[in-house]
Amino acid sequence: MSIKIKNLFKSFGEKEVLKDINVEFEVGKSNMIIGGSGSGKTVLMKCIVGLMEPTSGKIMYDDMDFVSMKGKDKRNLRVNLGMLFQYSALFDSMSVADNVAFPLRMFSTKSPKEIKKRVDFCLDRVNLPDAALLLPDEISGGMKKRVGIARAIALNPKYLFCDEPNSGLDPITAAVIDELIKEITEEFKTTTVINTHDMKSVMDFGDNIIFLKDGVVQWKGTNDELRVSDDEVLNGFVNASQFLDKDHK
Amino acid sequence: MNFLHHLGKYSMMLSSAFARPERTRVYVRRLIDEAYSLGVSSLGIVAVVSLFMGAVITLNTAYQLVSPLISPSVIGSVVSDSTILELAPTICSLVLAGKVGSNIATELGSMRVSEQIDALDVMGVNSIGFLIWPKIMGFIITLPVLIVISMFLSLLGGYTIGNATGIVSGAAFIEGAQSVFRTYTFVFAMIKTFTFAFIISSVSSYQGYYVDGGSIDVGKSATRSVVFSCVLILISDYTLAQLLLLN
Repeated sequence: MSIKIKNLFKSFGEKEVLKDINVEFEVGKSNMIIGGSGSGKTVLMKCIVGLMEPTSGKIMYDDMDFVSMKGKDKRNLRVNLGMLFQYSALFDSMSVADNVAFPLRMFSTKSPKEIKKRVDFCLDRVNLPDAALLLPDEISGGMKKRVGIARAIALNPKYLFCDEPNSGLDPITAAVIDELIKEITEEFKTTTVINTHDMKSVMDFGDNIIFLKDGVVQWKGTNDELRVSDDEVLNGFVNASQFLDKDHK
Repeated sequence: MNFLHHLGKYSMMLSSAFARPERTRVYVRRLIDEAYSLGVSSLGIVAVVSLFMGAVITLNTAYQLVSPLISPSVIGSVVSDSTILELAPTICSLVLAGKVGSNIATELGSMRVSEQIDALDVMGVNSIGFLIWPKIMGFIITLPVLIVISMFLSLLGGYTIGNATGIVSGAAFIEGAQSVFRTYTFVFAMIKTFTFAFIISSVSSYQGYYVDGGSIDVGKSATRSVVFSCVLILISDYTLAQLLLLN
């Protein structure tokens, strides 16, 4: 259930955004992609989930190349992907419960009763048992993220992708979201890939970290290795987060 | 080149829109919702436009028929023929290109910029089929009904104003309208209506679905959808008349 990226390149016209990316995301771990604005984090994640086609290279899901996959195979694999978007991307014409039920109605063979049970479970899991009938417009940003997580896990995905999961949230809510993603990763043994520039999240629960700079993997390693790294560019980026100096380094 | 690029992309969008649905029941429910939101909710504006259209044609025709040798029932003939053949399908479609077209483009454009379409794609849903097929089919089903209602209301508007102002009696108006009615005229109007419904829904869907940017681009796509739909309606109106009426 791991994801391996091999020799991945992505260009927009003449501009090369990703250059020869070679990384592996491990099962049951929180794999973090960090880097400054414009470093290629979002493009990399969009390539991995199939929203963008790479210029060249391979994206292997369990040794199956996602890039060369077509039609039904691709669709079948996508059912195993759950994604939390930066702005939650909830369907605003549907209630919270319908948002969570949506992938179940589209892809599962569950009865309406079983779907309701699963929706209740997912909403309970993200601590939103009473929000089922509300519309996305009626809930806060933090609640939207939690509904996004509930929707992402509805089909029990093998892979969970989170794009800037705590951007725009206050520190307490951000910590709650981080904790939830960490718990879900461990509980459901998902291969979780998180795109973030929040160093607190990285330090608190990042297992494997990939640092991108100008479309190149500048550094990769574990959380412990990050703390003792002597890579100047990486340290420059990490130390720009003020809290690190006090709590983590 | 740019035109060919868009034509190719539009054709591919249509082929995805009519691909086999993942879950037919969900698509049928969406079709009913879209038929209601695009068609049924347009009934009010269609009714207002049609009533006034019929009334104004009656007055205009009466104004131009100055000879006492021409029977007033001709007013009914003119109103009936022009309404069924041209005004109800074309004017109503142009009005709905504004209302429905901008609605479709704005909705899809907003979904694009707020990543809702990306969310569908990541899940493995055919987002074009799921979002666009129900809009095209919903509008193709409901627009003909709206146009038939428009024809009726337009004639009612003409009949009422003719009667109320004393220009033409109700009996003469109906006699005139019946004397020129041909089934083929109605069939031709329906062929036009299906064509216009397809143009409005598919062109607006294309403009909205492929929005790139933010809220300003959503606004621009809505404007483009209305302009392109109107121009294409007029071009196809002429082409169909040339092909089906004069050949």
